[in-house]
Amino acid sequence: MSRSNAELQLDEAGRLLHFLTIDGLGREMLTEILDTAEGFTGVSERTIKKVPLCRGKVVANLFFETSTRTRTTFELAAKRLSADVLNLNISASATSKGETLLDTLRNLEAMHVDMFVVRHASTGAAHFIAQHADRGVGVINAGDGRHAHPTQAMLDMFTIRRHKREFVGLRVAIVGDILHSRVARSQILALNSLGVSEVRVVAPRTLLPADARSLGVHVYHDMDEGIRDVDVIIMLRLQKERMKGALLPSEHEYFSLFGLTERRLALADSEAIVMHPGPINRGVEMDSQVADGSKSVILQQVSYGIAIRMAVISMVIGTQNLRMQDVAV
Amino acid sequence: MNSNTKNFMDTEAVESLIDVMAGKIWTLLNERGISDPLMVGIRTGGVWLAELLHQELGLKEPLGTLDISFYRDDFTRIGMNPEVHPSDLPIPVDDRHIVLVDDVLHTGRTIRAALNEIFDYGRPSSIILATLVDRPGRELPIQPDVVGLHPVLEPDQHITLIGPDPLGLVIGTNTNRSSRNPEQE
Repeated sequence: MSRSNAELQLDEAGRLLHFLTIDGLGREMLTEILDTAEGFTGVSERTIKKVPLCRGKVVANLFFETSTRTRTTFELAAKRLSADVLNLNISASATSKGETLLDTLRNLEAMHVDMFVVRHASTGAAHFIAQHADRGVGVINAGDGRHAHPTQAMLDMFTIRRHKREFVGLRVAIVGDILHSRVARSQILALNSLGVSEVRVVAPRTLLPADARSLGVHVYHDMDEGIRDVDVIIMLRLQKERMKGALLPSEHEYFSLFGLTERRLALADSEAIVMHPGPINRGVEMDSQVADGSKSVILQQVSYGIAIRMAVISMVIGTQNLRMQDVAV
Repeated sequence: MNSNTKNFMDTEAVESLIDVMAGKIWTLLNERGISDPLMVGIRTGGVWLAELLHQELGLKEPLGTLDISFYRDDFTRIGMNPEVHPSDLPIPVDDRHIVLVDDVLHTGRTIRAALNEIFDYGRPSSIILATLVDRPGRELPIQPDVVGLHPVLEPDQHITLIGPDPLGLVIGTNTNRSSRNPEQE
């Protein structure tokens, strides 16, 4: 998987062609994305919150699954780069999806769209589009099935780096529904690639994939043990629909076992930060006191999400531009 | 650094040019009745110079830095610069007099980008352009107000400030331009 993911995502010179998964990118590219995002952080604070980098480019947000926050931050990121944005909410309905997807793709390409930001309930949807997109058209994965959500993982890495400076030496705990979480998979890949000392996952057995340990993590079923002395706590969103699938007892019981409270937070390192991809279920994943407390960096994650998305959009568009010139020469 | 570059000016000579520039900037500011300008260096060489000029002139306002990567006109040709730094203008530029500092003025494209970026921060009262080197090869109608040196160069020669410690000027002949991190003078 790594090798083909590297081939699909990088050009011969190692530049970013598409951004589909953390897998196959390596520490150097992840660091380049974080550094580029750093360059964009100041743009939001200026009188004119725009740079002209992607002027004249068209970015299509292709959302087969609704997600207000991710779509909004992608839209804002593209607009801050001066690109034009098309928002397409396409419900992934019945009829042979492969064909429909390709038809949609061809139609948008005929409108000279330069980039697709894809959110889809099926694993591999963004890969599929990247494999079939025209040369010169970049694809960014904004979440596919249970597989990957690489921009969310990168904005989390950015948040961690901003607070902790270095990845080496850090202990990070990811708490909650690992089994269904594309975010957790991307985070684990990124954390290990960037060289943190220890990645822990903390979850009930029913919400852990069978092969959890093969992901390169330490598994905990006890919350107090799992977050003891960690530098970073990443809480995952608990999707309420999972409650119906008998994977979980009740919200109340889940909170008593895995909810993050002030008392539990005291077990972590005294400088620990608390993260959550949002939206939070208050009283299910964490107490309001923790969510709004001094260790919470949840709203910063949202702001940094714009800088990270500006970074990957501009890097991909930049590389695809070069590719078109190779054709022209 | 390419192997075909040779030293053109050592630290001492560069520093005496900076002294000359500081004197000219001081005179110009006086002539225009400007007291507290905001000095802004363009990454990377321009920042090295601006730091020295800022110190020498004893300016009160903190130094600003610009990374013009997001304003380059060759993004579609060369892609994203992999080494971007955030620009930092520490005080509002609205109604402020600015001294913009760069190392080598060549085509004028960097300055065009820097001016555009500054105007996205606000509307300055005026901008003075100070460059260590003014070399031939202008492609845009941009002229410096203060210059350290006017070298005579062939079109295929490039002059580069190296540093920051020690500073020096080197001259080389263009071979194939690197596509990942080219110079835009």
